[in-house]
Amino acid sequence: MDMENQSTIKKLAEENGADRLVVVLGATDLQGAEIAATTVTVGDPSFTGPLAGASLGLPVYHILEPEVKKAIPEDIYAEQAGFLEMVVDTEEVGRKFKKIREGI
Amino acid sequence: MFKGKKVIVLGERDGVPGPAIAACMEAVGAEVIFTATECFV
Repeated sequence: MDMENQSTIKKLAEENGADRLVVVLGATDLQGAEIAATTVTVGDPSFTGPLAGASLGLPVYHILEPEVKKAIPEDIYAEQAGFLEMVVDTEEVGRKFKKIREGI
Repeated sequence: MFKGKKVIVLGERDGVPGPAIAACMEAVGAEVIFTATECFV
């Protein structure tokens, strides 16, 4: 995750408190999405950015998770994100992100 | 799940972009406080 975004997220977590914050990702590269999810939960795994060693513990979701899709009005989801359901295994995304959230 | 929450959106240029995720979140009553679209390439 880019350094500037890490810095902004750290500041927002400090200002708002982790209990009211949620992070939603949109990367279709699952490995990249998992790294971003790790960064906002247990800290930057590369130990180079502002979130290195910062366990923010933010609940993190992926927009292509089936659970997230169910929460969003069907027409809006289809228009904004539905076109990418075909290129990723959404069930796998759901499993991986659920596991990450359970580990917080 | 998201209603009343403050949401940080990190989209991806080759995936779902930040503004598209933000539109979904706003539709369910979340407050989007930060939106970015990253490029992992």
